[in-house]
Amino acid sequence: MKSIGVFKKDWASELRTRYAINALAMFILVTISVILFSVGQEVLSPELTGGLLWVVIFFSAMSGLARGFVSEEERGTTLTLHLLAKPFTIFAGKFLFNLILVFLMNIVILILFLGLFNGFAIENWAIMSLAFLFGNVGIAVSSTIIAAIISKANTKGTLYPVLSFPILLPLILILIELTNYAIVGMTISEAFVDLAILIIYDIIMITASFMLFDFIWNE
Amino acid sequence: MNNFKVELNQVTKYFGRLLVFKDINYSFASGTVNGITGRNGSGKSTLIKIISGLNSASKGKIEYTSNSLQIESENLFSHIGFVAPYLILYGEFSAIENLQYFAKIRGIEFDNDRAKYLLDEFNLYKRRNDLLKGFSSGMLQRMKFIFALQHEPEILFLDEPTSNLDSAGKDKVYEIIETSGKDKLVIVASNDQTDLDLCSNYLNVEQYKSMK
Repeated sequence: MKSIGVFKKDWASELRTRYAINALAMFILVTISVILFSVGQEVLSPELTGGLLWVVIFFSAMSGLARGFVSEEERGTTLTLHLLAKPFTIFAGKFLFNLILVFLMNIVILILFLGLFNGFAIENWAIMSLAFLFGNVGIAVSSTIIAAIISKANTKGTLYPVLSFPILLPLILILIELTNYAIVGMTISEAFVDLAILIIYDIIMITASFMLFDFIWNE
Repeated sequence: MNNFKVELNQVTKYFGRLLVFKDINYSFASGTVNGITGRNGSGKSTLIKIISGLNSASKGKIEYTSNSLQIESENLFSHIGFVAPYLILYGEFSAIENLQYFAKIRGIEFDNDRAKYLLDEFNLYKRRNDLLKGFSSGMLQRMKFIFALQHEPEILFLDEPTSNLDSAGKDKVYEIIETSGKDKLVIVASNDQTDLDLCSNYLNVEQYKSMK
């Protein structure tokens, strides 16, 4: 329940300061517009569009999801949080905030892709939904722990993509693969191995992040 | 009276190769007002942060006990109130919203009567719905005291407690130190002689600088 308090504080703060929402909205708008302009009248294959979908999601996540910890550090309120709750509570609250944000962001991106890219059609929505669900959890947890790590560094802007790339790359590759399975209409049993890898990735990242956060937060 | 004790055993702090202080052995107990003294840059704030669990010592150990029961350092936050110039509250929220969110994050019921009492005591009740970003530095200092006292802590850490305050604000702080010092543990880090005059014990950080 205490982590819900952190989430509510962050959400109310976000609605007032628009630290992350504006960055995310602008990034989504600009990247999709650039893709549409560069494609012109060409019809992209559904597989290529599926890949582009996750590329846009990956870079959007990098542009907005670091804000949770970075804004606390920049405003100098980290110490206040230290005095209010245990590291577990803080991380859980920040993770919940990023999870909601990443779901909202990715739903908007997916709707825009389905509406704006001709030929991008999903045959098996069950696979796509599972990939979307567990993919978002993976992106949210990875982004949250990376944001916590880089928030104390001087070169936050550079460090975030540098750390994100190796951590999020396996996740994005699996998600592109699962999206292709959903596009061609494979069954869940055929996509089982990739779905299992995705779920294992989430479990590992959640466990490692909660264990690591204590050390990051306390120094 | 809650019998709270803090024992410092061989507490040492280095920043890289720079020795800040070495082998501090000291004991603080409830019902006392303790002063941490030393020149600017001597490590008063570093020591108060280490004792309050906000920073870790390079070497040594700190033990916290409440009525002879040991308190883990990760649970210390619920027992302490902290005021310092480098403590920043949320400017995008009003005074009352800050207190409401702090209660939620601490996992305690928001006590409207206590909030009203504290805001009134620090002369901020009329400004309770204003955003903190519009507060003066003196009003923010008063707000930090409300933040520190909201959950009725057993230990008060006060780093430069009267900075930015007018004489009425300073008098209020002295009153709080005196009242709290009767049944709580109060630790004050300051260079201001009036702040230090309220203390019964002193720890001079300068004495722990040399390599023994």
